[in-house]
Amino acid sequence: MRKNRDPINKKVMLAPFSGWMVLFVLVPIALVVYYAFSNADRQFTLSNLHWMYEYRGTLWLSVKLSVIATVICMLLAYPIAYAMSRASEKVQRNATLFIMLPMWMNFLVRTYAWMTILEDTGLVNNALRGIAGWFGKEFDGLSLINNHGAIVLGMVYNFLPYMILPIYTALTKISYSLIEAARDLGANGGQVFGKVILPMSVPGIISGITMVFIPSISTFIISKILGGGKDFLIGDLIEDYFLGNSGVVNYNIGAALSLIIMVMILIATFMMNHFDKDAKTSGGGSVI
Amino acid sequence: MKKFLTVYTVLISVFLYAPIFVVVFFSFNSGTSRAVFEGFSMQWYQELFQDELILKSLYYSVVIAVVSAVVSTVIGTMAAIGINKLRGFVKSAYLSVNNIPVVNPDIVTAISMMILFVFVLSHFNGMEMGFTTLLIAHITFNIPYVVLSVLPKLKGMDQNIYDAALDLGCPPVKAFVKVVIPQIMPGIISGMIMAFTLSLDDFVISYFNSGATFQTLPITIYSMTKKPYNLKLNALSTLLFAVVLALMLAVNIKKPAKKKKA
Repeated sequence: MRKNRDPINKKVMLAPFSGWMVLFVLVPIALVVYYAFSNADRQFTLSNLHWMYEYRGTLWLSVKLSVIATVICMLLAYPIAYAMSRASEKVQRNATLFIMLPMWMNFLVRTYAWMTILEDTGLVNNALRGIAGWFGKEFDGLSLINNHGAIVLGMVYNFLPYMILPIYTALTKISYSLIEAARDLGANGGQVFGKVILPMSVPGIISGITMVFIPSISTFIISKILGGGKDFLIGDLIEDYFLGNSGVVNYNIGAALSLIIMVMILIATFMMNHFDKDAKTSGGGSVI
Repeated sequence: MKKFLTVYTVLISVFLYAPIFVVVFFSFNSGTSRAVFEGFSMQWYQELFQDELILKSLYYSVVIAVVSAVVSTVIGTMAAIGINKLRGFVKSAYLSVNNIPVVNPDIVTAISMMILFVFVLSHFNGMEMGFTTLLIAHITFNIPYVVLSVLPKLKGMDQNIYDAALDLGCPPVKAFVKVVIPQIMPGIISGMIMAFTLSLDDFVISYFNSGATFQTLPITIYSMTKKPYNLKLNALSTLLFAVVLALMLAVNIKKPAKKKKA
């Protein structure tokens, strides 16, 4: 009965979406796969995979730095998210805005500001030299930039809000009565956290990990600005092969590298879902 | 514990806002250095408003953001209504496809569309990437976010109200417009705002799909950072940041009692 008087034809509603997504999402991804397994003459080849072996150092470095950045983000984000979830509603709303606000400034400009802060004649080193001067001592300055640490710092800085907000969302969903129940049953503070709060915030942690790891592993600007351009990450290689910034344009190798990223992310997502089977049923902590 | 959290929150805030402070502070530098402050001046703000390239790319950014937000909101809202009526495998297939641009790294989305555009345009002499390819790219990465923000509203909607309208003799189409649309409106609006924001802010996807002649603001900023760094960028970023801050404060003050929906 209801079906007959339903004016909404789902086929009509879905038609523009289906057409658009096929043309501009599925076909392009099929093209990436096609290019990854063919050469410039459009013949099937596996030789692009040989390049993956050549670039294994770069791939490993990208994975390593993004894993480190993700772990640091997680450790930094959890206490903040926890503090936010325990605050009054007004404070919570303002804190959310406060954490998202920096993302409204262009990330290139912000990353250059880190250069200003960290470089050899930058704000931190100048301040330290000033302090050393007061004590009448010479100070050479710390080398804070153009190394792996600076790249990780750039990643953590740019993507930290993506870790805080999902964990916070997951924590706010925990009903306070559960915590009270645990207390009534004799759990101490540590037990309440370890057995109730932490397990229930796992969906938030997981979406946080994905939201930090994916942009980290595919970044191509942060490594250039803060890493001094000497350490290439996968993203830098892809950019070079597609835009020919270092003189060589090769879509096939670029596509193969992109395929590698996609496969790595698929594996990571799969592992995550396996790790937390409840993530789907409990709705997750996805903030967007 | 409470003390630790307070101190910790302050430290994280310093970490998040240190670069912002640096950008704002040096935008008033009378020298040209990004790192040595020589004295207060407004010269970079004056130069900013004489820079045609920046003003033009700001205009292009806004045009692309508005058009892509509107188009993706229409397509995305229709799609969400359709997907909400699906069940089982077909539904999860649609949702998976919808999630591809969300989960895929920007650079992969960017180069996959670039391959398509280069491939297609190579068959048409003299056509290059530009406004159209950029617009298509932006609509593509915006649609999923609109779908994701409208779907929960449809799920949370009370079907009985719609049925009641029909029982009271309201024609189905009118009932849809008068009952369903208003209920999902918050989702549509927040989806559109999100699409507008993502589009305005996007660098990676635009970088690969805008071609040589058509530049949005993030692209212009990037090309300016490659030359000796120009403090006009600080002035520009400070102004845009101030605008956003003002908007957020205005919205927050205007409806303090309302529950957050995002």
